Amino acid sequence: MSDEHTQTGTGWPQPAEPARPDGPAGEPDPRPEAPDPDELSPLSPQGHPSEEEEPSAAPDGSVSAEPAEAAAVVPPWRRLSSAAVMIVVLLGLLGFTLAVQLKMTTTDSSLAAARQEDLVRILYDLEAREIRLRQDIAALEESQRQLRSGEQGRQAALEEATRRADELGILAGTLPARGPGLTVRFQAGAKPISAVRVLDAVQELRGAGAEAMQISGGDRATVRIVASTYFLNGEGGSLIVDGRPLTGPFTITVLGDPATMRTALNIPGGVVASVAGDGGNVIVEEREVAEVSALHDPRPLEHARPVS
Amino acid sequence: MIAVLALLAGVLLGLWLDPTVPAALQPYLPIAVVAALDAVFGGVRAKLDRIFDDKQFVVSFISNVLVAALIVYLGDQLGVGGQLSTGVVVVLGVRIFGNVAAIRRHLFRA
Repeated sequence: MSDEHTQTGTGWPQPAEPARPDGPAGEPDPRPEAPDPDELSPLSPQGHPSEEEEPSAAPDGSVSAEPAEAAAVVPPWRRLSSAAVMIVVLLGLLGFTLAVQLKMTTTDSSLAAARQEDLVRILYDLEAREIRLRQDIAALEESQRQLRSGEQGRQAALEEATRRADELGILAGTLPARGPGLTVRFQAGAKPISAVRVLDAVQELRGAGAEAMQISGGDRATVRIVASTYFLNGEGGSLIVDGRPLTGPFTITVLGDPATMRTALNIPGGVVASVAGDGGNVIVEEREVAEVSALHDPRPLEHARPVS
Repeated sequence: MIAVLALLAGVLLGLWLDPTVPAALQPYLPIAVVAALDAVFGGVRAKLDRIFDDKQFVVSFISNVLVAALIVYLGDQLGVGGQLSTGVVVVLGVRIFGNVAAIRRHLFRA
């Protein structure tokens, strides 16, 4: 203690001389910033304003080294020794680190501050959870795959069934149909158009690949022609088709390949020739889009049963 | 007064700059801060006892910090870093409590 005090004692008179205006070369900055004497007084440890006065009041009481220092009248900021500068620097550093540490701890206090065992346990828990979730994912993906394949199969079956139902519906006359085809118009001459001629035409068209047919009379009454349709001669040149009387002129609308069917109707000795022989006329018109809209009421099957 | 100002300036600087502590220093920084706090409280107590000596304060401050960091480093090398840093904190905490008690006696006479 004594030698330190003598050191500071030797350090003090020196700033009084103009030869040493600056402190240590290492820390020159705090010194010009702090020129106020009242700022210095609490820090500069040897300042001790009370101690300066105490020894003068009470001569050589407890402290022996102080009076010599206090005797030197120095501007207060000059008394900032290198150690005091060091103290300032160190305290600034302490505040800095304190703030940094506090900030770091508060920013990520959740995991960074946790102990190693806790971290290991948390990691273990997370891994176990991950494994469980992975298993869940695999199971769910498997069931999703199964459901999707099942749904795809069902979808395909449904499409196939719909397609077959459409085909069969058109064939059985229970569904309206449209497509390329012909309209065949029978105009009676001297003799009325007989059912045989119409039936011939229907057979000819079927042979030429007709897929759907309907026959309509002059009063717009229309009958779908299916496998079981029959034609009878009615009274006064009318036709009875499936029990419904139709008056002439009759028009058959047929869906199929127009060229083939037209050729089939026009063959020598065919429908057109026969009707012309009876004095009538057959007008065949090709249609890009013909429409067969009349429906046949299906009869419930009483005896036949599907095999399967 | 200058000491308090320096402390405040350091805190503000730390908050303002917001530096990230390198990972190698992370275990030592809290211990170093606690050791420095111990030195500061010891300095305040010495000041109140009128035996404050700035050179002694500087030396004790630096040596406190260095020794604390050294102990934690040694503990890390030996595999007992956590326990040893706890021990250092306990010892420093006891010292801080003692210093604060002395300061309190000085200030409040109680």
